[in-house]
Amino acid sequence: MSNRSAPSADDQFYREYILDHYKNPRNFGRLEHPDISHEEDNPLCGDVVGMDFRVKDGVIEDIRFHGRGCAISQASASLLTERLKGLALEEAKKIGKDDVLGELGIEISPARIKCALLSLKVLKVGAYGLADDDEE
Amino acid sequence: MATRTLDVAAIRKDFPIFETGIAYLDSANTSQRPRQVTGAMLEYFEKFNSNIHRAAYRIAEEATVRYEATREKVRAFINAASTKEIVYTRGTTEAINLVAYAWGRKNIRSGDLIVLTILDHHSNIVPWQILAAEKGAHVEYVDIDERGELRQDQFAELLKRGPKLVAFNLISNAMGTINPAREMVSAAKKAGATVLVDGAQSTPHQPVDVRALGCDFYAFSGHKMLGPTGAGILYGRRELLEAMDPFMAGGDMIKTVRVEGTTYHDLPWKFEAGTQAIAEVIGLGAAVDYLTGLGMDAVRAHELEITEYAYESLSEVEHLTVYGPPPSRRAGVISFSLEGIHPHDLATIADRDQVCLRAGHHCAMPLMTRLGIPATARASFYVYTQKEEVDRLVSSIKEAQRIFA
Repeated sequence: MSNRSAPSADDQFYREYILDHYKNPRNFGRLEHPDISHEEDNPLCGDVVGMDFRVKDGVIEDIRFHGRGCAISQASASLLTERLKGLALEEAKKIGKDDVLGELGIEISPARIKCALLSLKVLKVGAYGLADDDEE
Repeated sequence: MATRTLDVAAIRKDFPIFETGIAYLDSANTSQRPRQVTGAMLEYFEKFNSNIHRAAYRIAEEATVRYEATREKVRAFINAASTKEIVYTRGTTEAINLVAYAWGRKNIRSGDLIVLTILDHHSNIVPWQILAAEKGAHVEYVDIDERGELRQDQFAELLKRGPKLVAFNLISNAMGTINPAREMVSAAKKAGATVLVDGAQSTPHQPVDVRALGCDFYAFSGHKMLGPTGAGILYGRRELLEAMDPFMAGGDMIKTVRVEGTTYHDLPWKFEAGTQAIAEVIGLGAAVDYLTGLGMDAVRAHELEITEYAYESLSEVEHLTVYGPPPSRRAGVISFSLEGIHPHDLATIADRDQVCLRAGHHCAMPLMTRLGIPATARASFYVYTQKEEVDRLVSSIKEAQRIFA
């Protein structure tokens, strides 16, 4: 109870734009012949996020994501693809946990961190072959 | 004989946690604990804290007496023949692992068949998978029908293949299905199998009689039946326990230790190595006293009433699917899903209204795969659950539907 913020009258948790990204995900679908394709899941709650990348001259020219799961995992993936599209891979590498959580702009309880960071894991493991980088 | 009914308002006064205002709908996960249980544990810590079975001073004798008293309480509660058949464990998981290790490694051989069910909890699946892999045995699972009940025709077919072991839960934690355990045990015994019943969800919620059930092993946890975490029970028929080697080795489970070798202690202490969870076992004894005082028939009757109410309330909600059998054939557990709303999102929204709801695969991933869903939301009830808490759940569901509309 102690580290949890009190429920507020307005919908802090499910802000309109998060719900919007959940219901109308951006860059949703698959790419034909992607340069990179990777999928991760969170077996605990069954969330799945996968991403297809087309990379040209070190820049993410096009990106699509697919998956299913809770609003946090899917909205987070949608937001991340918006950010990644057109970005140089070197810049994309710098995206970290705090950027993703910051973009969501809501307080995420410890139980839901995995949902919020699933798409970042896809980016890191898939696009860069980095070691599985769990939260904390 | 008229069944006693529960005075829920009076019961709730024994559980200080309800003063926080929560609606607690996750008792299949872990129950709340009344003052009688925490009080018994506190009394141990403050008045006779000491180790058992060793010291000659008075408080250690008191600790030993209280610790051992739980064994008789549990024996009576499940109607075992002797306290020698009541082994303390940390919980259901350890109890099943104990059997898989100490009985399984001695009795399961290459080519043997182990029969489980698709309704089983991971703790009654994984230990057997490990054993089967080690011994070259194989595992088959009894499937469910469209109502979420075990396919007895398929079970009968599997029994014809002469399984060495049959293990299943009496009540499914994920769907609440009450399995026809007596018939299943009887059929399995006739087929020559040794039978383990996972009683994690049945022991807290309905009367249990292991001798009438006729199983060889029966496992359950204290923390789902008003007791603390860290104390559970393995019941085993005496002949089987006698023939088994120890699970854990160390202090307290021995009779004599010489450098040439060791003789083991008598039952049940042969299986209780090292310093035990003394306060927790004492707490479990207090929990058994509490439930015995309420009467397990009354507990089941109350839960059936709440379950029927919740089943009807949830059935009236649009775009909601309830999994599993009707209330008369299920325990106080309702798993459900909402169209377009992930269970975790529902649980987060419910949490803001102080409604504690489980969301996930409930340690039953084979069942979730079988149902073709990643997860469900689950509400579960106990002696202290009142209809108002179910109403709060329904409000939270409608709030979630409003947000996600």
